[in-house]
Order: sequence, then structure tokens, then C-alpha cells
Amino acid sequence: MGGYRGTPSPWQRKLSSAHCWVNRNAADKGSALDYVRADLTEPAPPRRRRRAFDWSTLIIAAVALVAAATVYVRDGWRHFLAIFSGDLMLFGEMLPKVLAGCLIGAFVTLLLPRELVARWVGQESGFTGLLIAAFFGFLLPGGPITIYPVAGAFLTMGADAGAVVSFITSWTLCGYTRALVWELPFFGPHFVIWRIVEAVPLPIIAGLLARGVVRARLARTDIAK
Amino acid sequence: MTLAVNILLWLVVCVLAVIAAYRGRVLLNNGARDGVVEFIRLLPRIGAGVIGAGFIAKALPNEWIAPWLGPQSGFLGVAIATLGGALTPGGPVVGFSIGAAALKTGAGAPQVIAYSTAWALYALHRLVIWEVPLMPPRVVWLRAAVSVPLPFIAAALAMALSQP
Repeated sequence: MGGYRGTPSPWQRKLSSAHCWVNRNAADKGSALDYVRADLTEPAPPRRRRRAFDWSTLIIAAVALVAAATVYVRDGWRHFLAIFSGDLMLFGEMLPKVLAGCLIGAFVTLLLPRELVARWVGQESGFTGLLIAAFFGFLLPGGPITIYPVAGAFLTMGADAGAVVSFITSWTLCGYTRALVWELPFFGPHFVIWRIVEAVPLPIIAGLLARGVVRARLARTDIAK
Repeated sequence: MTLAVNILLWLVVCVLAVIAAYRGRVLLNNGARDGVVEFIRLLPRIGAGVIGAGFIAKALPNEWIAPWLGPQSGFLGVAIATLGGALTPGGPVVGFSIGAAALKTGAGAPQVIAYSTAWALYALHRLVIWEVPLMPPRVVWLRAAVSVPLPFIAAALAMALSQP
């Protein structure tokens, strides 16, 4: 792994995701592969810069305000205060976990050599390949802007559709950063842990189904065309 | 339980920080800074959602949610929740706020699991906005198609285990 080059500027980020897109369409597979390798060894992958507030937060905040007003008018001040203080406590209790989740995500992003991930998942490796892909899906932090280019790179490097489907499904359902940062404050540890336990078989099932569909020639996944 | 989760998480943070420090001080600083910046950015979104979910749950009429999505609603409830998950637009704040509010209002845990699984796997807006531009479209639609039964499997497991 090369030396750490610092977090790329927003401009570089935009450029690198643009490259990903162009390479997908490029006929020259060799150079696409070179680019993908370079992208995977990049210590700090492109990250979507989040603004503190976005439109979906605004909508939820607006709905919450209407709901809070309804509760206040209908049930009175005491009910309003009980709900508010209860949720505030819940929120406060979760903050250390959310911070820990953010830090774990940031460190794993910087420390995990992405080319290693790609080498493991890139092999046509039967059932074990699905397990490895699912494990890396669990392990890799980051949002959609990081995960989908990595998954696209796996395909370019020869991973089959089943492994890629397993990887994305596992990242979506079992990924710890998402669970820690997002799900835990809303649902609490008991619910989240059981939901994840019940999601463990799903990436494998999805991967096997995807392989079945491809083998039955119901779908083609060759990306060069 | 909460304390144990906290201790475990911060232990992991410490181990990762030590590994990062061993590889170089810049790496340690960058990791810590990235993590804290992400945390500060997330605070208002999670705050609005978590505090909002309580009020939304209280304002929603219980007599709507329970018959359609309650524990007694069975697989019809799971199917409704799955469809709702696929059609929910917006980021994680929206999906998780709705799920948490429904759970507080009397929806069953398997139904809420089906909702959040469907929303996470194939919310239509996310497929179109995020996945199709970054991945070969054929693989995206293949993934979405094979994901259709997954919320039902997750809900069936939740019913079989009677947890959460």
C-alpha cells in the first residue's frame, strides 16, 4: 500500500467518480482495469460530502413539527413534554455509539487495503466466494458513492454477478456502520441486533439466486456490451 | 446491554486508533478528524429523525396502523410493509423515522423488519439515483429482482424466532 496522500479534495472526488462512469462505457478494457486498480488502492475513497441538512431531513423535521403541534393541541403540554424528554434521552444515550460508529468507519476506510478486498472477491470461487463477498460487505464502511464503484470494480476484475449481489446485499443489510450510525438511535440495540441476525442468511440467498438466474440465461451480466 | 455495547465499540475504536498511530501520525489524525466531522454532520439529521419519530408515532392514529401492520396482520402486513419500503423516497432519515414511528404505534416487529429490509434493498429512488449511474444497469436490475423475496424471508425468520 502506498503512502497516505490525504483526503482528496471535492474536485478530485468528482473527477474520480466521473472516471468510473466513463470507464464503464469505455471499449478499452485494459485501461479501465488499470484505472479500477488505481481507484482501489486509493487510501481515501471518494466520499459523498454531506451537508448537515438535506431535503429529506427537512421533510421529516416539518412532519415532526406538525405531529408535535398535533400532540400539544390534542393531548396537552404534559404529554408533549413526556415524549420530548423521552426521545431526547434516547438520542443522548445513542450519541457515544454513533460517534464510535463514525470513528470506526473512518479508520477502517483508511486502513483496509481495498486491493486486497478486490483480489478476494475478484476470484471465481464458488460458495466460498459468496461468503467472502458477504463478509467484505459487512466490513466495508461508507455510503452508496463508495460502495457501488467498488462493486462495479469487482465486476470488471472478474467477480461473478452472484458475488457482487451478495456483497451489496450484505453491505446494505448487515453493514455495521449503517446499523450503528443510523439504525441504533431509532430502534435501540435489541431490535437492531435481532434484525441483523435475521438478515445474515439473506446475502447468501441473494447471491445464489443471482447465480441461478444467470445460469438459467434469464439475465446477462457481461458489462462490456 | 447498552454499557456492554458502548465498551465493545470504544474498544474497537481504540484498537483501530492504535493501528493507525502505528502506521503514522497523519493517518491517526485524519481518521479521527474524518470520524468527528461525519458525526457532526449527522447530528442534526439523526436528531430530527429520532425526536420526530416519537411525535409522529403519537400523532398517528393507532387504529390505522395496528390492523394493517400489527403483529396479527401476518403476511398480508408483511406484503404491505414491503411495498411501502420499496416506494419510500428519501434518505435514511425518512426510512428509519417511518419505521420507528410505526413500531411505536403498534406495528409488529416482523412487519417493520420487512419494511426496512425492502427499503434498504430496493427503494426505487435509490436504484435510479445511485445505483444505475454507478453500476452496470443489468446487474442493478438483476440484484433488485433477486432481492424481492428477501424482506419476506427476514420477516418469516423474525416470526419463527419470535424476536425482536
